[in-house]
Amino acid sequence: MTAPPSPDDGLPPAELAAKYGLSVSGARPGLFEYVSQLWGRRHFILAFSQAKLTAQYSQAKLGQLWQVATPLLNALVYFLIFGLILKADRGMSREVYIPFLVTGVFVFTFTQSSVMAGVRAISGNLGLVRALHFPRASLPVSFSLQQLQQLLFSMIVLFVVAVGFGSYPRLSWLLIPPVLALQFLFNTGLALVMARLGSKTPDLAQLMPFVMRTWMYASGVMFSIPVMLKDHPAWIGDILQWNPAAIYMDLMRFALIDGYGSENLPPHVWAVAAGWALLVAAGGFVYFWKAEERYGRG
Amino acid sequence: MADDKNAGTGDRTHVPTVIADELHIVYRVNGAKTGKGSATSALSRILRGGEERGVRKVHAVRGVSFTSYRGEAIGLIGSNGSGKSTLLRAIAGLLPAERGKVYTDGQPSLLGVNAALMNDLTGERNVILGGLAMGMSREQIRARYQDIVDFSGINEKGDFITLPMRTYSSGMAARLRFSIAAAKDHDVLMIDEALATGDRKFQKRSEARIRELRKEAGTVFLVSHNNKSIRDTCDRVLWLERGELRMDGPTDEVIKEYEKFTGR
Repeated sequence: MTAPPSPDDGLPPAELAAKYGLSVSGARPGLFEYVSQLWGRRHFILAFSQAKLTAQYSQAKLGQLWQVATPLLNALVYFLIFGLILKADRGMSREVYIPFLVTGVFVFTFTQSSVMAGVRAISGNLGLVRALHFPRASLPVSFSLQQLQQLLFSMIVLFVVAVGFGSYPRLSWLLIPPVLALQFLFNTGLALVMARLGSKTPDLAQLMPFVMRTWMYASGVMFSIPVMLKDHPAWIGDILQWNPAAIYMDLMRFALIDGYGSENLPPHVWAVAAGWALLVAAGGFVYFWKAEERYGRG
Repeated sequence: MADDKNAGTGDRTHVPTVIADELHIVYRVNGAKTGKGSATSALSRILRGGEERGVRKVHAVRGVSFTSYRGEAIGLIGSNGSGKSTLLRAIAGLLPAERGKVYTDGQPSLLGVNAALMNDLTGERNVILGGLAMGMSREQIRARYQDIVDFSGINEKGDFITLPMRTYSSGMAARLRFSIAAAKDHDVLMIDEALATGDRKFQKRSEARIRELRKEAGTVFLVSHNNKSIRDTCDRVLWLERGELRMDGPTDEVIKEYEKFTGR
């Protein structure tokens, strides 16, 4: 030691640290402390999500036009397969089915891409996690925020499709923001859970596409669950309808489409939507925070 | 020379800023298992339920203890792979300790912002993004923006700051990264081989900036393979070899031993 002798010599490290108010480096902060740290980083979270969104299409000739063109092409493909070839529109007129389908695809894609981004939020950004200090939840939150902004572009397409098939703006369109807010909460919670799982097991990135596709087909993205399952026991349809993805899709369709009335919604739909959002968001946040000090290892 | 560097800090040398207590760091690497790496062997490992079987451990830092005090500039030397960068990351709280503890005064920061920057964005947006990633506020970044750009010298040859970073030459990009990273004030600052950046003119400028940062920071850690830059900036040196602390003392003594060791 080069330091000249001092009264502190011989003091055990822990006591020396306590004497001068030093804290353990990289220790996990308390839950409320963590929330306020995260809030302090809100500008970074927003800037990071916008940067990711812009960087996505910056090499393309059409540039940011792809933000709108990609969902439009997506909707066209599904319309071609399920609307024209498979005719999955049983029990619905074309004026209802096309917006029904496009809404389903966009709303589900929002959850799907949040989950996929969540899996890679930590494991795909180890460089960042190992170089800079910030609450790690910033990353999954930022990624689901990116997906939210992506969805807002898709909403432009969705409005055009709805109007094109005779659903004009009306009072119930005011329900769209609260539905989006609840779904965003739900997605963020899910992304936080997936981020922790994915940081430990990066293999999930390979597995999740199959899980998500199963979920998509089970949630009635391209067909009406009650109509499709009317010959089966009622509880199967109930379970499928109460799953969060189906809930948010149905609420969005109810808000947007003229001929899609409340008879298509399960009972207590708003309570279920809010319940899922709060449960998953709060649970996911706590679950992610519990491993805060371990992200970035190996 | 050493006295000169300590001038004005004499009464504060007893205040510790970083205490490492028997610190061990272990990396876990997936899929780097020696021997059979086939799919069937991976499957059988999973079925047998051995959680750590597919994982190889690298014991990068083994029981390092030291205490640094306010006003010190500490060099870290050692051959490649001796655990210098790992030790810095552990002090910064970025790598969790396997055993032992690191106590720090405030939040030590690593001079490194590279990972937050995106090549597809303009230099301008990267300055803002990098600043936010280091925890600066929007106002602080706005106040320092012009300094960062001027320091990097990016705009000396035309309006490059509004172009995407992927269009920069590697030297230009490195200069911008250093300028962003060096824009923030720190309590405990750690610099990992940052001096070898850019052309000679820029190197001079960055050395001056590091001396300035040292004055503002409580303690500076510097990792370098350049013994001269360690001699110029540090008054104490930690010598790591194979993850163990081999020597800890005044710069001249340790570097002399180190040169004897490497010269063999």
